[in-house]
Amino acid sequence: MKITVTVNGKTREGDVEARTLLVQWVRESLGLTGTNIGCDTSSCGACTVHVDGESVKSCTMLAVQADGCSVTTIEGLANGDTLHPMQQAFMDNHGLQCGYCTPGMVMAAISLLQENPSPTEEDVRIGLEGNLCRCTGYHNIVKSVLAAAGK
Amino acid sequence: MGGSILGNRVLRKEDPKFLTVGGTYVDDLLDEPLLDGALHVTYVRSTVAHGVINSIDTSDALAMPGVRAVFTGADFGLEPVPSNFNPMVTRTLLAMDKVRYVGEPIAAIVSETREQGEDAAETVIVDYDILEAVVDMEAAMATSTLIYDSAPNNVVFDTLVLGMPDNTGEAFLAGCEVVARGKFLNQRVAPCPLEVRGAAVAWAADGRLHQWLSTQHAQGAHGPIAAMNGVDQAQVRVRTPDVGGGFGAKIGIYPEELLLGPISKRVGTPLRWRETRSESMMALGHGRAQVQHVAIGGKRDGTVTHYQLWAIQDSGAWVDMGAILAPFMTRPMASGVYAIPNIECRTTSVVTNTTPIVAYRGAGRPEATAAIERAMDLFAREIGMDPAEVRRKNLIPKFMEPHTTAVGQTYDVGDYETALDKTLTTADYAGWRAKQAERRARGDARQLGIGVSVYVEITGGVGSGEEAEVEVLPNGKAVVYTGTSPHGQGHVTAWAMLASEQTGIPIADIDLVWGDTDLTPVGSGTMGSRSLQQGGNAVFVVAGQLVEKAKSVAARLLEANENDIVLDKDAGAFHVAGTPALSKTWADIASAEGGISAKDNIAVPGPTFPFGAHVAVVEVDTETGKVRHIAHVACDDAGTVLNPMLLEGQIHGGVAQGAAQALLEEVRYDSDGNPITSNLADYAFISAAELPSVTVVHMETPTPRNSIGAKGIGESGTIGSTPALQSAVVDAVSHLGVSHIDMPTTPEKVWAAIQSAR
Ligand code: FES
Ligand code: FES
Repeated sequence: MKITVTVNGKTREGDVEARTLLVQWVRESLGLTGTNIGCDTSSCGACTVHVDGESVKSCTMLAVQADGCSVTTIEGLANGDTLHPMQQAFMDNHGLQCGYCTPGMVMAAISLLQENPSPTEEDVRIGLEGNLCRCTGYHNIVKSVLAAAGK
Repeated sequence: MGGSILGNRVLRKEDPKFLTVGGTYVDDLLDEPLLDGALHVTYVRSTVAHGVINSIDTSDALAMPGVRAVFTGADFGLEPVPSNFNPMVTRTLLAMDKVRYVGEPIAAIVSETREQGEDAAETVIVDYDILEAVVDMEAAMATSTLIYDSAPNNVVFDTLVLGMPDNTGEAFLAGCEVVARGKFLNQRVAPCPLEVRGAAVAWAADGRLHQWLSTQHAQGAHGPIAAMNGVDQAQVRVRTPDVGGGFGAKIGIYPEELLLGPISKRVGTPLRWRETRSESMMALGHGRAQVQHVAIGGKRDGTVTHYQLWAIQDSGAWVDMGAILAPFMTRPMASGVYAIPNIECRTTSVVTNTTPIVAYRGAGRPEATAAIERAMDLFAREIGMDPAEVRRKNLIPKFMEPHTTAVGQTYDVGDYETALDKTLTTADYAGWRAKQAERRARGDARQLGIGVSVYVEITGGVGSGEEAEVEVLPNGKAVVYTGTSPHGQGHVTAWAMLASEQTGIPIADIDLVWGDTDLTPVGSGTMGSRSLQQGGNAVFVVAGQLVEKAKSVAARLLEANENDIVLDKDAGAFHVAGTPALSKTWADIASAEGGISAKDNIAVPGPTFPFGAHVAVVEVDTETGKVRHIAHVACDDAGTVLNPMLLEGQIHGGVAQGAAQALLEEVRYDSDGNPITSNLADYAFISAAELPSVTVVHMETPTPRNSIGAKGIGESGTIGSTPALQSAVVDAVSHLGVSHIDMPTTPEKVWAAIQSAR
């Protein structure tokens, strides 16, 4: 099936099987391997991207469902060498260790602030419940998100 | 003159990549030319826990779309291979005669896409004669069903066989005024690195085998891969891409990874393999899994004089590293931070029809700590003393010379009382006790619990040193080669800081190479919290050697005496003392030599013993049993701190994994050995919503055992937090008559404990 998707601002065309997941298409066909896969039960959030501005677990969406949509992945955030404020906040606050959860975590965190620009620590913790990290204990992830929110 | 970079919060050099395009994990190697045209491998796994294999029918799978080949053990003529830890126990890498746990690999499918392989795997028909599944580790010792004929009573390791003394039962405690006893379960948990296992292989045109592996120790995998493929080690190159966490479970090489070379040879194409999370939950090694029989005795004044522990270690269905953690990690640390004159500790490791047990963050020390800390709480309860006070009374006094415990383990340096005091003060222990008393007095449904732990652990127990090479290129930039292997710890930054401190080369100009057996053939990898004290230490010492070497070149270039040459670290240049105007930069020196380097293997005299204290506070809803972790203070003394930001990150992550075990996570099986927590929907992987922020208390007692004074920090947070959390939960309901709740302290268990105490 033919699809046309705007990915990180560029129009990308694809010919995908009906069962191809968005995450597979992004990773394998577009070579955008920043988006990771951490589970097979839509539990971990490592695959989180934005579809039309909303955060989506890209393992739960078929590539064909993204036809006509605008998708942003971790690769689409920075502006040249200038990091997106959320990326910068993760950098400044040691919000990542092995980096595997990081792309999904950053995408989810951006969405969280879009919905709630001045969250409490509790809001951040609950808001990121669907994004798992095994390394950081979340402490510095939460700190990063609060820093990005200007707290 | 700028100050030392060491001890500073230097941001990570590796982060911009991870944050903008993501790491390059093994599954991301899409542009690797050697992997062009790679097919995918999918393993067919046992669906029964214990059974005799009558037949394996792969004909339907072979006919499935996209399937190129299907292999069983017979196709490779696999022979039984002995365990590294008990050579009497053998298995084939693909099960042939017998399966011993759900998830054990039986056959390998090679297909064009991963999905085709998964579909085909479903069509392989294995005919089994089902045997009794041995799931419980104590039942394993009593049943007549043997998992390995060569392991009577299913015992695969015992301290008695090692010649260590047996426990003497009741007689041991005869003279004690007070005795408390307990049986504790240190439950089985899943390490759950966020990146599951994966690998890729290619036989190059020159006959060399290239293998990429998500591992903590490429050099450890090198020999086994070469042997498996029947080639010389020089014919094999193992490379470590970015690794999405390991936590001990990616130390050893697994059958699925060893078989890829031979399969690739047969099919004549490169191969990729990546397990699914559901497979990973069954086939990546698990951690912990001990039953502990504990007795503690002493005087009414709070002095503990006797401690007896029998730890039964579940080894799972194979004799992997898990089998030896009890005798070689738990037993030596049995005394913890306490001066207990009489200790007995026996450990027995048994096989069961469950996923094999491997090292998992802490690996044997969290178990030792949990046992003694729970025992201390029971003792405190028995004599009606505050648990923090009982601990203080029994602590080994501060020592700056080696101290040997009754169980025969020598610790390097320790100042446990200071750690305890700092932690109690920072946590406002007295304040929480007052709040707790108020809630108890008014019979609040939500009760507070405060848990204290004091611990000491052993780090750098693996390896006796490490190799490092520091090279300066003609452009003045440096490359550091290390035998350690980062997977989140921040070595790229930390090792650059160490090399920069010696050479004055800015950290931005220092790159790190690791985990590539062509470039770093010697190394003991990253495990057991050894990296900084051995690998970092080696980088520091070797960078110092390089400076000396460069001085002799500078002397030649400057036509001066070598002894008069000094390095101006701020300028990154050498000159004769007193005449800085005439100098030679690193680039000058490296250019003159066509590159300059130093390489050495730096030994350390032994392991180090980080220690600390944790206070955890929980709120327990006595009506539902629900536990909320509301505050946590951690003091983890890891000796000299290189980068406090990285240190704190390790503590935070460690505390979360400790909280996960204490409160939530458990790998469970039904009585037939079927896993019932085999994906991330069923396994209670801890999330941000279940944790508080952690207050870190800094304390630095340098070790004399290496030139930077550093001990390990990778596992301390887990070791200290787990018993503090468990103790806090029990403490919250102790006034209702509860004296112990096994981990994980789930609402069901807490609620049931309250009910049965009533
Ligand atoms: S991979 Fe999508 S939620 Fe885990
Ligand atoms: S940084 Fe490793 S999983 Fe989050």
